[in-house]
Amino acid sequence: MNTLITRGIQALMVAVLIGAATFAMMRALPGDAAYRIAAGRYGYDNVDTAAADAVREELGLGGPALPAFLTWLGDLLRLDFGTSLVTGQPVIEEIGHQLGASMALAGVAVLLSLILGPPLGILAGLRPGGVLDRVLLVVSTGLKAVPQFLMALILILILSVQFRLLPAAGHGEARHFILPSLALALGLAAVNARIARDAMARIGAMPFYSFAQWKGLSPRQTLLRHGLRNVSVPLLTYLGLQFVTLVEGVVVVEAVFGWPGIGHALVHAIFSRDVPMVQGTALCLGLSFVLVNAIIDLVTQRIDPRRAA
Amino acid sequence: MKHTLAFLAAALITVAPPVLADNTLDVVAQFEIQSAEPSTSGYIFTRMGVAETLINADPKGLLTPSLATEWAASEDGLTWAITVREGVEFHDGHAMTAEAVANALEIARAKPGPLSKTPVTGIAAEDGAVVMTLAEPFAALPAYLAHYSAQILAPAAYGADGTGVEIIGTGPYKVTNLAPPLSLKAEAFEGYWGRAPHVPNVSYAAVSRVETRALMAESGEADFVFGLDPASVARLGMSEAVTVHSVAIPRTLLMKVNASHPALSEPEARQALSLAIDREGIAKAVLRYPEGATQLFPPSVGKWHDETLEPLAYDPDTAKTLLADLGWTEGSDGIMTRDGERFAVTLTTYPDRPELPLVASVLEQQFRAIGVELTINTTNSSEISSGHQDGSLDLGLIARNFGLIPNPVGTVLSDYAPTGDWGAMGWENDEIVELARAVGRGDGGDAERARIAEILQTELPIIPIAWYRQTLAVASGVEGTVIDPWERTFGLQDLKLAQ
Repeated sequence: MNTLITRGIQALMVAVLIGAATFAMMRALPGDAAYRIAAGRYGYDNVDTAAADAVREELGLGGPALPAFLTWLGDLLRLDFGTSLVTGQPVIEEIGHQLGASMALAGVAVLLSLILGPPLGILAGLRPGGVLDRVLLVVSTGLKAVPQFLMALILILILSVQFRLLPAAGHGEARHFILPSLALALGLAAVNARIARDAMARIGAMPFYSFAQWKGLSPRQTLLRHGLRNVSVPLLTYLGLQFVTLVEGVVVVEAVFGWPGIGHALVHAIFSRDVPMVQGTALCLGLSFVLVNAIIDLVTQRIDPRRAA
Repeated sequence: MKHTLAFLAAALITVAPPVLADNTLDVVAQFEIQSAEPSTSGYIFTRMGVAETLINADPKGLLTPSLATEWAASEDGLTWAITVREGVEFHDGHAMTAEAVANALEIARAKPGPLSKTPVTGIAAEDGAVVMTLAEPFAALPAYLAHYSAQILAPAAYGADGTGVEIIGTGPYKVTNLAPPLSLKAEAFEGYWGRAPHVPNVSYAAVSRVETRALMAESGEADFVFGLDPASVARLGMSEAVTVHSVAIPRTLLMKVNASHPALSEPEARQALSLAIDREGIAKAVLRYPEGATQLFPPSVGKWHDETLEPLAYDPDTAKTLLADLGWTEGSDGIMTRDGERFAVTLTTYPDRPELPLVASVLEQQFRAIGVELTINTTNSSEISSGHQDGSLDLGLIARNFGLIPNPVGTVLSDYAPTGDWGAMGWENDEIVELARAVGRGDGGDAERARIAEILQTELPIIPIAWYRQTLAVASGVEGTVIDPWERTFGLQDLKLAQ
């Protein structure tokens, strides 16, 4: 319960800080916002001073900063995110649409990484220095070293262009999930596998683990009863940290695969000075960090044998 | 294990669709859909054959009837009567009346765009025609009605304040699903007034990365792929799955010059910069085009291109002599100086067109060879426009479209009569203003156009570098592809599938 209250206060502080920071940063960026918004709306062939002046007049830009910020904060308390300066659509609708697409992609990627990484890592950790362990070290280092952008293109080249198995890009059907989520998952799995392997090796070398085997449990029983639960604690904690990598990856991967997600939206909003969109998306991402970490805290508290006792 | 893998592979193969299996032609390009607003995303709706304009243009720029059957100006040139085609139906089933057309044009005129820059003072509907009244004669008006922002949508397509809320056009295709920013789906419209399209369904997807677009073409995921980079064109040219088309378009890669900058105010200084540019080299090595620009207007703008004009040359030695004659001397670091001022300028450009920053870095080297120091600033495209306005711009590397309306006089008027955000800066020439206005009114002909081209070539308020080509990859098996040099349509209604 205490954790939840702490996290609730954290969430509130995160919201105010992110709001203030994005607001200050967007104001501090060089260049005239009216021109940037006009470029975002009408494209480079049609942006000119007349278009910028029309935008300035329509949106009432150029007022003092403090009242604008206070208005935004007040709107936020009423859960009103405003409307996008470029498309004129309510920010909450745009984010809802895009956040859903990104969450689905990220969720599938995490699931895939958990299926690929930890089982291999645990097997390797059971025999540190064995063939699997050494092979896994090379493969996971290699995978982690490939930037997601390159990974995505390699996957498209092999699976779409060469073998014509999967669509190169697109959105809307189940088969469109496979390549982008794989591009994200391979990098995540590479690290997951290493964490699982190190945890397993460390736990396998502990006296209590050897004792479990001495008292007559088979290696399989020892692993299931005493190994997995202990390995999953560092793994889950790390998963919370991986969320940062995941968000970074989503921005890149969404651009490559033409995925209508929040990363894509954030990049475009920044380019065209769409302040309400930037504030809205940054806020959603910030709060989801808090949410993910709160969930991980709760789960690890439950499963950690040392704390559960 | 082997069986599982084989089964998985088989399952995946059966999921992969053959071209047009679902009778849908998939179009992919870089342009994102903002919303159902014609002034911002209208070019996607006209290109996809969803919305139409009153007047069309053929590849040579000749105006042809579309939703208007004829148009004529009064004796004094102050009123234009545009006859609206009869029997045209909007996608919502309502008839297209002259009132609906006048409504759409009034809304378009109130928003930023070409129509708002014309001397039109009023638009009214009268017995099946739209009558436009003008403050002064303006012969180029019909070409402005061919611009995408002047597309005709049903009255129900606009909200109370005139914002576009739904795409209800008259085109051969009718929108079935619009999901900004990335996708649009449409099907053949049964009530279409013209020839029915061959392909029953079309889809549009915006994919921002050029690498992905090229791979989608190569893998057969998309049938009609726009906006390819030079490297992808070379690779796709070798593939049997696609055919690459390329056509010259009325767009020029040029350098905008601030003629009020102390170092750039003399025409000889601008000529020196022009002589320092190896256009042939840039065209072949960076853009992979057959040739560089020899003048501002490309051959594709027809009557504005003047074959007799002496071509822009590459001659760094003469460039140095010109600078020396202006009093510039080479400093110890190889950069020219005059009265203690170094010849150091900033070139502003934008990455929306990936070739611009590449060309900028080549220019940096070529200018250094004649002792001019260039700093490159790659930023948002609007910096060109705002830098023009507050005078902070030195040089701008831009891609200027002479086909915004299918009559280059529109661009000439807004850029050089006397200056413009995307044209001349700090340079005013009364003669060119007179000539351009005469051509705009309809009093000017070949002699006036040739004189405009000549003034621009000698005075160089902007320095032309290359003429653009539009490239397109189309799946083999799709026939009837025509690239519209005016970038107004994808020509989907004329495409056929090979049997």
